[in-house]
Amino acid sequence: MAERIYVFKRFERFWHWSQAGLIMFLMLTAFDIHGTYTIFGFEKAVAYHTIAAWSLMGLWVFAIFWHFTTGEWKQYIPTTEKVMAMAQYYLFGIFRNAPHPFRLTTLRKHNPLQRLAYLGVMLFIGPLIWITGVLYLFYADWPELGLGGLQLEWVATGHVIGAFLMLAFLIAHVYLTTTGHTPTAHIKAMITGWEEVD
Amino acid sequence: MSHLFKRAALALCCAAWLAAGGPVLAGDAKPEAKPEAKPLKLTTTADHTKFKQLQKTFNSGPEVTKACLECHTEAAGQIHRTKHWKWEFLNPATKQTLGKKTVLNNYCISIASNQASCTSCHVGYGWKDANFDFKSETNVDCLACHDTTGNYRKPPGLAGNVVTKDMEFPPGSGRILKAIDLSKIAQKVGKTSRDTCGACHFNGGGGDGVKHGDLDSSMSAPEKELDVHMDATGLDFTCATCHKASSHDVAGSRYTPTAKDAKGAHVRGQTGMGNPATCVSCHDSAPHKKEARLNQHASKIACQTCHIPSFARGGVATKMTWDWSTAGKRDAEGKHIVTKDAKGRIIYESRKGSFTVGENVIPEYAWFNGHVEYTLLTDKIEKTGQLTPINKLGGSATDGKSMIWPMKVFRGSQPYDPVNKTLITPHTAGNDDTGFWKNLDWDKAIPVGMKDSGAPYSGKFEFIETEMSWPITHMVAPKEKALGCVECHSKESRLAGIQGIYIPVRDNNRLLDTIGWGVVLLTLLGVLAHGALRIVTGRRHS
Repeated sequence: MAERIYVFKRFERFWHWSQAGLIMFLMLTAFDIHGTYTIFGFEKAVAYHTIAAWSLMGLWVFAIFWHFTTGEWKQYIPTTEKVMAMAQYYLFGIFRNAPHPFRLTTLRKHNPLQRLAYLGVMLFIGPLIWITGVLYLFYADWPELGLGGLQLEWVATGHVIGAFLMLAFLIAHVYLTTTGHTPTAHIKAMITGWEEVD
Repeated sequence: MSHLFKRAALALCCAAWLAAGGPVLAGDAKPEAKPEAKPLKLTTTADHTKFKQLQKTFNSGPEVTKACLECHTEAAGQIHRTKHWKWEFLNPATKQTLGKKTVLNNYCISIASNQASCTSCHVGYGWKDANFDFKSETNVDCLACHDTTGNYRKPPGLAGNVVTKDMEFPPGSGRILKAIDLSKIAQKVGKTSRDTCGACHFNGGGGDGVKHGDLDSSMSAPEKELDVHMDATGLDFTCATCHKASSHDVAGSRYTPTAKDAKGAHVRGQTGMGNPATCVSCHDSAPHKKEARLNQHASKIACQTCHIPSFARGGVATKMTWDWSTAGKRDAEGKHIVTKDAKGRIIYESRKGSFTVGENVIPEYAWFNGHVEYTLLTDKIEKTGQLTPINKLGGSATDGKSMIWPMKVFRGSQPYDPVNKTLITPHTAGNDDTGFWKNLDWDKAIPVGMKDSGAPYSGKFEFIETEMSWPITHMVAPKEKALGCVECHSKESRLAGIQGIYIPVRDNNRLLDTIGWGVVLLTLLGVLAHGALRIVTGRRHS
């Protein structure tokens, strides 16, 4: 019989799903603005994208506060322990029905690869997107902010790189949610907070 | 207090009773005097019909002017100082002497030797050649700008004079020029109007809408769609509302335009506010209330770029090209040819050559800093295979003074002296043997024109391809009709030719897109393969 562990607290689940929704909506409007397809059209897409971006930044303020006040930020401290074992599991073990090399607990709810991946998202992709995004929003004020030497092209390029990386992450992330105890175990955990483990 | 109240209440009752049609319905009431007709909104304190000086027959324009000057003693002197009078302008930036007297264009080319025709648009009487007296006060034409009747006419060929007795013109042509009643016109003078300014400025280049593209007869009573400010049933601006004159000197210039107005909206009493004809002089530099992003755009893009989506929108076509090299053909009987297109617009004339015309024309766009340099008759030019600029507009993304402006770029070919390497000022208009429009003979027309310009002519001519840029600033559409984002932010951007600036979407990095989608695709394929393998191996295990 599987054991149930409470891993995702209420705020964390709210944060995750509203962030997921906002990021997917930002993706949708992003590539509309980019000219990849037309759903809302450039003008509306820019307006929606901007609103969603401010909403996401607001959400992050709360999330960062939450992580530091609860100490949950420690969940993202990278570790080299069992990284190779995890990689081997995803590359080989998973096909042989091998046991999962990591056993999650409330204090270690992310496996070592997850820690690295999420830390990468939070320390690299995220900042790349929001720093370039905020610069983009305040393009006209650059000279007054002492950023007159900045080129819009660099900022735009950085923002687009961030978008592609985020999309790639999203695909991998969604797929990896199916690699739990059962294909839907991780998703259920993210909804209810309770993860089933062997 | 109570007494006052009672009176007020009574007055209110009376008003209500009157409003209900009181005296008409109430038969017993004493009939009231008809309400006085609403007084006309007079814009002047003088009724010119009452002036003795104007109650007479005038036999010439200068006679009228003389009468005007009896009261308006300084008016002629003010006119004498203006470009409208001198047709001369010294550009302080380039030190070039410009003005209609000197410049050439690629429409009718030049006024040299053609004065008698061209000066029908001069604010004066009698400028038929180089001997015109620019000091004469009575030669000033007050009526050209101050007529309100619409009957004032200055037919081409009469050196700006008016017709006060029916006359055959040109002599022997059988065409009769009708006399105008100067007395009536003089008694009805008033402020300038779209019609008086338009009499010349709508017809630049020799006909309605020919030259500017954003000025033609459709602007004399435009609808809101055509011009949100001049809208005849709306704001009803005249030209002078923006082109505010001071001592008869009208604001605004094509020789020294204000490309970027950084001085903000004009405030009464404040000096040094600059050109009152710019958009910014009323709207200030951050006029977009709802979208701050649009104000950001306004730091690099002239208002006109978005707010004038196309020119020649009023149903009058403007000339877009003019090829003088095809002029001079005659039909089988040796007569002049005129060819029209399906819409009845002239596309070939023996006198002038071939044209193309356009309506609802999407402008070309260019960085523009207000610096304009003309190619004058004294400038050496080479046939380079590229179009020779008649005017060179300064501007770049980096000079800090430029904005992206809409332009009508007028292209054509015109006579050129291949030996002296100069443009040519041919004698075109004129009912004489050498006038090109009469005899279609360049070899006669060119020496006469060049002599009048005081320029050397080698005796040889060719045609050279030229272009001239006309910043577009009129025909401002209502805001709902301003350009949408995608007009520029797309692969088919209107600003395709604008260098030195990064425009999102237009300038998307294709390599980055390819790599980006590659990464996304590989990720997708990776997880799909991984998933498929899990399903296959999972089955085997179970």
